[in-house]
Amino acid sequence: MIQTENRVTQLFERHDGSEKIMSLFLTAGYPDLEATVDLILGFEENGVDMVELGMPFSDPLADGPTIQYSSNVAIEQGITMKKILHIVEQVREKSQIPIILMGYINPVLRYGAKAFCEDAAEAGVDGLIIPDIPIEESGILKEEAANNGLPIIYLVAPNTSDKRMRKIDEESQGFVYCVSVTGVTGAREGDEVAKSVERFINRVQKNVTRNPKMVGFGIKSYEDAQRIAADMDGFIVGSALIDTIRSHYPEKGWKDEVFAFVRRLKYGKE
Amino acid sequence: MKYDLPTKEGYYGEFGGKFVPEILIPVLEELEEAYEQAWNDVSFQKEYRQLLNEYVGRPTKLTYANRLTDHYGKAKIYLKREDLCHTGAHKINNAIGQILLAQRMGKNRIIAETGAGQHGVATATACAKFGVDCIVYMGAEDMERQKLNVERMRLLGTEVRPVTSGSQTLKDATNEAIRDWVTNVEDTFYIIGSVVGPHPYPKMVRNFHRVIGDETRSQLAEAEGREIPDYLLACVGGGSNAIGIFYPFIEDESVQMYGLEAAGLGANTDQTAATLTIGQPGVLHGSMSYLLHNSEGQIQLAHSISAGLDYPGIGPEHSYLHKTKRVNYKAITDGQAMEGVKLLSETEGIIPALETAHAVAYLDELMPKTSKDEIVVLNCSGRGDKDMTTISKNL
Repeated sequence: MIQTENRVTQLFERHDGSEKIMSLFLTAGYPDLEATVDLILGFEENGVDMVELGMPFSDPLADGPTIQYSSNVAIEQGITMKKILHIVEQVREKSQIPIILMGYINPVLRYGAKAFCEDAAEAGVDGLIIPDIPIEESGILKEEAANNGLPIIYLVAPNTSDKRMRKIDEESQGFVYCVSVTGVTGAREGDEVAKSVERFINRVQKNVTRNPKMVGFGIKSYEDAQRIAADMDGFIVGSALIDTIRSHYPEKGWKDEVFAFVRRLKYGKE
Repeated sequence: MKYDLPTKEGYYGEFGGKFVPEILIPVLEELEEAYEQAWNDVSFQKEYRQLLNEYVGRPTKLTYANRLTDHYGKAKIYLKREDLCHTGAHKINNAIGQILLAQRMGKNRIIAETGAGQHGVATATACAKFGVDCIVYMGAEDMERQKLNVERMRLLGTEVRPVTSGSQTLKDATNEAIRDWVTNVEDTFYIIGSVVGPHPYPKMVRNFHRVIGDETRSQLAEAEGREIPDYLLACVGGGSNAIGIFYPFIEDESVQMYGLEAAGLGANTDQTAATLTIGQPGVLHGSMSYLLHNSEGQIQLAHSISAGLDYPGIGPEHSYLHKTKRVNYKAITDGQAMEGVKLLSETEGIIPALETAHAVAYLDELMPKTSKDEIVVLNCSGRGDKDMTTISKNL
């Protein structure tokens, strides 16, 4: 089955724990339609291990202002599901970096669950994160995803019970996405994340035993990441990356600034 | 026909469900349990009924509309007078029900979203009555269009938070309310104002409004010696007043039910809110239902002369009743709705809300097909005071 060759699975198998796996979330089509492929390739060169490519949606209710903004820009500039899949195809010509598509279920259903899973697998996608399908609603996508060797990655939150965490671990493939705070996506100030996260991480350790564990939401620096992901396999950064792009685009050399930020995130220095 | 929906999972056929971020699942499970316990608890029912009677002003009248009946010279027309409820619309039935539930669950921070402002006013009213903090999210554009309701909410002690994202209307106010909810799950109760959202909301809101249909049955029995009308009419945005009057009659197959949605400038234009007439199934705000969205699955902006109807979605139960053809859903244009406002005002001395006017307007099409021994009940969901600026602009 294709799954054994899955790039996400391979990434975690290769991982020896010496450094944390870093995954970045980037909205497809942001800051412009041409830049996404170059950014992903550049990420890989600068230490990024995995990319979550956001499929923009007009009503992203689990997202904070930053990702809402980038989604709107991408939609206005004409991003489509076909163009998103084409971005993945273009990356695949040069790179084997694991790419997960992340977005809301409505555009996926409108494309057609079957056609979407087939086309995504064909393009070289390695997994799906759909925050508005909890395990109860996964039936809508599960079979088609499985038929095409596409893992579905589920989320656990600080208020998820122990029993439910174990169930989500059973259902999830690839890794489990641990949402470190209750709330929407977005970088947080100071110790907000670290304070609430310790008990949650302990519960995750105890209950999520089948899958690797990635922690996300609110992380904006190397220091945040090291502290919060200390007992996890890795961490995910989204809004802080988009904010960095936003503050430099379209200045000359904006991509270099973005890649410098990425290196600092991963290594604590440029 | 036995009607026993939703399922345990919150489905009406293929519609409904709980399409929400993981953080909300424990919250919805807690709510579902609290709701089921409360609804089956005699003391809760007693308190709820007492508030409906003494505070809301129920039962609302069932008014025989003799001049409107004469106008068509066909079936007898009755109006179910939800416009006589405290705050001027049916919305208060649900706000009172949900605030009682919030109290029971020990949640002392209330949030809500509103489009036209009627649900916001109802929620602000209920919160004032119980002395609870309340925040209402409202699109900046809607705040401009519905200034009077904004002032009412503020006077009632509610904080109205302008929403400037997206279209700055109800759709985006709902996104913002959900974001608040996700962030403050511990102490916050989200009072949803229509039969939309994730399970158990559509069921819960329906049950808080079924009092409309239940009263209609007994009032009709008294007035006409029969509980069952031949026709039921109600306007549909999210669909709360409609399901309130329809639900107790669903198993009575002889009742023909009509849900009137807003066609705006025409169902086939891009300025419309006719979700069931031209929409396609999809997922928005937590449930699977018919939606206005483009071929990419991006939600389209809805338009209606009535700010209370311009929502691109609809309650999942209506989607089911549409698909199974138990209810007929028709689209009424802005212009037709304005004619409806004039007709009810001039014949009965009742200025209907622009929402309700959509149901009134459908009488033109329905009445010629009826006969004198038949009975029509039209749900007068709210009064038109809030819409006077729009009405006078369009007269």
